[in-house]
Parts: sequence; C-alpha cells; structure tokens
Amino acid sequence: MDILTWTWIIVGLSFALYIGIAIWSRAKSTGEFYVAAKQVHPVFNGMATGADWMSAASFISMAGMIAFLGRDGSMYLMGWTGGYVLLAMLLAPYLRKYGKYTVPMFVGERYYSQAARIVAVLCAIFVSFTYVAGQMRGVGVVFSRFLEVNINTGVLIGMGIVLFYAVLGGMKGITYTQVAQYCVLIIAYLIPAIFISIMLTGIPIPQIGLGASLSEAGQRLLSTDAGFLLDKLNQIQIDLGLPAYTSGTKATIDVFAITFALMVGTAGLPHIIIRFFTTPTIKGARASAGWALLFIAILYTTAPAVGAFAKLNFIKSVHNKSYEEAPSWFKNWEKTGLVAWVDKNGDGKMQFAKGAAFKGKIEFLKDEKGQVMRGQHGERLVKTPVDSKTANEIHVDNDIMVLANPEIAKLPAWVVALVAAGGLAAALSTAAGLLLVISSALSHDLIKNVIAPHISEKTELVWARIAAFLAVSVAGYFGINPPGFVAQVVAFAFGLAASSFFPIIIMGIFWKKTTKEGAILGMLSGIIFTAAYIIYFKFMNPALNKPEHWFLGISPEGIGTIGMVINFVVTFVVSKITKEPPKEVQEMVASLRYPRG
Amino acid sequence: MTEARKEKLQAYWRENLTYIVILLSIWFTVSYLCGIIFANTLDNIKIFGFPLGFWFANQGSEVTFVILIAIYVRLMNVLDKKYDVHEK
Repeated sequence: MDILTWTWIIVGLSFALYIGIAIWSRAKSTGEFYVAAKQVHPVFNGMATGADWMSAASFISMAGMIAFLGRDGSMYLMGWTGGYVLLAMLLAPYLRKYGKYTVPMFVGERYYSQAARIVAVLCAIFVSFTYVAGQMRGVGVVFSRFLEVNINTGVLIGMGIVLFYAVLGGMKGITYTQVAQYCVLIIAYLIPAIFISIMLTGIPIPQIGLGASLSEAGQRLLSTDAGFLLDKLNQIQIDLGLPAYTSGTKATIDVFAITFALMVGTAGLPHIIIRFFTTPTIKGARASAGWALLFIAILYTTAPAVGAFAKLNFIKSVHNKSYEEAPSWFKNWEKTGLVAWVDKNGDGKMQFAKGAAFKGKIEFLKDEKGQVMRGQHGERLVKTPVDSKTANEIHVDNDIMVLANPEIAKLPAWVVALVAAGGLAAALSTAAGLLLVISSALSHDLIKNVIAPHISEKTELVWARIAAFLAVSVAGYFGINPPGFVAQVVAFAFGLAASSFFPIIIMGIFWKKTTKEGAILGMLSGIIFTAAYIIYFKFMNPALNKPEHWFLGISPEGIGTIGMVINFVVTFVVSKITKEPPKEVQEMVASLRYPRG
Repeated sequence: MTEARKEKLQAYWRENLTYIVILLSIWFTVSYLCGIIFANTLDNIKIFGFPLGFWFANQGSEVTFVILIAIYVRLMNVLDKKYDVHEK
C-alpha cells in the first residue's frame, strides 16, 4: 500500500478513537465540563498535560530548530520543561487546594476585585487565541502535506473534530482524548528516532545514541570513518564554515533571559495551570506535574537526537551532490517549498554553507500551463530572489527534520502515516486545551460571575458550549486566514504569561499581605513594559531589532523575564504602602498552604 | 485552632519552604549554571561522545527536573503525614 492510503487509514482510525472517547465521556455538569469532576488519575492527567503542552511546534518544529541552532536550541528544551518544576512546587498544589475552575477566578477572589478578575480574563483569552491560531494552521498544513487536500479543507476537518469533542465533553472529553493523543504522538515520534539511532550507532535508545560512536553500518551509510557521532557532526559543520554543532552563538545573557521567560511563561499559561484543577487530591496535583514532565521529557530528550541525526544525514546525503544523485526525500519535499536549490556557482552540485540561500518565502516559477519550470540539472526554478551574499545554495526549512525523518531512514509507508497522525494529535490536543480555557473564561468568569450571576447550572453549561463553539469558529477563521503576525506573537504569549500571571499568582500564594492595588498595578506594569518592548522591536521598528539596540542585550523573546521582575517589584512596593488585604482573604491564603485544614 | 496547632502548621510551612529553596537551587544550578553560564567550560570535559555543557543543556537538565519533582512529591507526602495535614 502507498503512503497516502496508509495515512488515510491511520489518521481515520485515530480520529474515530477520539470521537468514540468523546461520546463515552460527555459532560453532564459544569464541574465535569470545567474540571472533569476532579476525577482524573494523576498518571492520566500527566499524559493529558503532556499532549496539551506539546503542540504542533514541539512535534514538528523543535528538533529542526535545535538542528539549526546547535546548543542555543537548548533554550527551548530547558525553558519548556523547567517550568514544570516551578509548577509542581510553587503553583499546582495550592491552586488545587483552592479548587475552583479557572485562573481568572483565583485572581479575582484572591485579590478581592472584579477589576483584577477582568484583567486576568482578558490576558487568558489573548494568550489562548494567539496560540490556537497557530495550532489550527498546523492542522491544515499537516493535512495538506500528507493527505493531499487543500489547507483550508484541512482546517475545517480539524475544526469539526475539535468542536465535536470539546463542545460535547468539555474538560472530561478533552482529558481522555488527550490521553489517547499523547499515546499516538509519542509512538509516532519515537519509532523513526529509534530506527535511525539503530542505523547510525547500533543503539536503540536515541538519547544514548546521540553520544555514541558511529557503527560500521552508520559509517557506510554516511561514507565516513569511525568516531563519535557528535564529533563527526562538529567536524562537518566546521569544514562548511558553520559553528561547531555543540557550541552556541547567541549572547549568554540573551539565552539566559529567553530560557527564563519560557520557564515562567510555561508555569503561567492558563491551559496548563487549569489541568491541575482536575486531579482528585492535592497529593495527586503534585504528582501529576511530575508525570506530565516525565511524559514530556520522553519527547524532549529525543528531540536533540532527532535533530543531530537528521542534520548529519542531511548534510552527508545532499552537500556536494548533483541534483540527480540527491535522495528521493529531497525531491519529494521540494514540492512543498520547504526544500529548494539554486546553483549559484554553476558547478551543477548542491552546496550547503552558512547563511540563507534565498531572501524570503520560497515560490517556484511556473509556465503558462501551471507546470513547474526546471533548470538544466532538473531542479525546480525558484521565483524568490537569491541571497547573493552567501555561498549557501540549499534552502531547507526547520520543519522537515521530523517529518522527513522516516523517508530519510527509508522506513515503511505506515511509519510515515503514523508521523502524520502524530502531528495531528499534537496540534488537535493543544487546540482543544486552549479552547476550553477560552470557553470557561467566557462562560464562567464573564457570564456567570460578572454579567448574569443568577443563571442556573444548566444555563451556564449551555453558555459554556456556546462559548466553546464561538471559540472554535474564531480559531478556524484565523487558521484559514492566518494573520501575518502569528509567528511574531508567540513571543507575546510567553512574555505576557511570564510578566502578568506568574508573579501575582506566586505572590498571592506565598505572601498573605499582597494587596489588590499591588497586584493590579504589578500586572499592568509588567504587561505594558513587555508588550511595548515587543511591539516596538517586532512591529514598529523591525530594522532596529538587533543586539546593539536591545535593553541589556535581551531580545524581545526574552524580555518577559524583565517584565516579570518589574511586576514582582511593583507588586511588592505597592502592597507595602497600601492597606492590608481583608482578614478573610488572608485566612483563605493561609488555608491554601495545608492540604487539609 | 489552638496555639499549639498553629505553631505546628507554621513549622510545616517552614519545612516546605526549605525543601523548595534547596530543590530550586539544584534546578538553577543544572540549567542556568551548567547548561548556560558555564557550558563552554564544561564542554572541555567529555563523557562518552557528549561535551558535558552540551549534555546538560540538551538532556541533563530535563532528566534532573523529573527527578527533582519526584523527590519533592515524596518529601511532601512524608511531611503531610508528619504534621497531620494529609488528605484522608
């Protein structure tokens, strides 16, 4: 059977599974809809959190980013995992003790203020929409690449599936679907990595294979001599005029700030925090943060191996080869515009070097009949202007590193299909988690608590479903008409979570005397500083977005760290000079500290 | 609540904070010190084919994070029982 047939079968089966789970676990009360009735076992909650957290970006793009960034890529690895330590020790058990449904609700009650609640609702909605738009697009892209349908059709199919189980099952449906999605995505990620590790080093565990020496088969495959895989890769990179693979090139302070912003951002993201409301006990909330990180780390420690294997394979099989000798995956991926070649020096061979090969997004030249035009060596001709300052002739997108892996390793068609299903599982599970945050922020925090406090539980449940429906529709709209700024605003989502939620939740738990004035001014100053910095460099003056113009040498991606510090300082100082919080609030905070009593 | 009980609860909270401070120091050391600030120096040490700084940045810190949470969960489960605040 060919790849396409396999893909339809495996994707179809996985979707049938998700729908089946949704019907089995439909929500009957608001408690089930918002927090799965607090009945989720910590191990399952850990898996669901893992799937919720690992998005299309983690699954498809991360290994490729690491492959092209070398050690600097570790800011994503450490940043996106280190936040769970903070979650487990500083947030999860206390918020679970509080036990209500949403983050804005905690903020509103802890800071005895509707204003604080509304600011929190707006932040939660903004952060979630920013994220979900990218996920829906990811669903569309995976569909179009593997199932050969139109991107927009792909987005619509994805919307239909998410709508079905989010609206029907709420948190309960989403949780159990995410457990299934975690299993699909982790198997899909590990199988190609294990096979490639065996091919190159003879060791079946990719995490260890990364530090091992090349096996005889691996040497033959890469036509190279014996030695450690990482040493080989370093040597090849240096020969090509690139920095050694295991070294970094970014300024230390920037890597530090970005890693920190990603950590506290992770710990402040509402769709992750909300998951810790679903366990039966406080003990379970702590444990489930550990399970979540274990399940995430299985993928995250494999990613550096996948990145290094793919990079080595890529350079060895493509660099200094003529187009005719290029491996078949190279030509297959050319169709998508994620791979392209231009013969700058006219020697008929493909050379990989430092810098970009082209200026901008790849577009191929087509003749009047819409057929692609080819050059004298058979390569597709590219409309995008060539970057003449560099010697690099090969354009390769980060995203193909994971997706092309099974083909690079010549694995059977069903593995390619499984990777497609894994990418979809990653994107859909994250989209669903985010949609639930949006729907509960609208129905519970806005309608039930601000606009119409007297509605019955049944009416609220109807509103929750309407809100979920609206959220999916808006997300789908962004998926079909992606705003150009989606890529830029990802830094926004983390910076915002880091500079707004994280400090005031921590202060709210650990310092009884934090006042509402402190929290509101802290949140506002943190957000305004971070947003202004990002808007200035990303939207108003992108030309100035260089290390010499940055504050302390920190890029917009890492500025949330400074925003967070500002928030902490302002909250502390203002709390010191304003009237202490009411006694009952201080007592509530004290009670958060003990699992019982 | 009696005074004795209050003091006991405060002692529980102090012990919890001590655990957090110690564990977060390790968290900071493996990621920010070993993985970022001193990574270049550590790269001179090699274990198998891994330069040590690169290993901490790519895999070592994540493995440590998982272990840290596991230790925290164990310590707290014991502490909850010791001060009789565990869920029944």
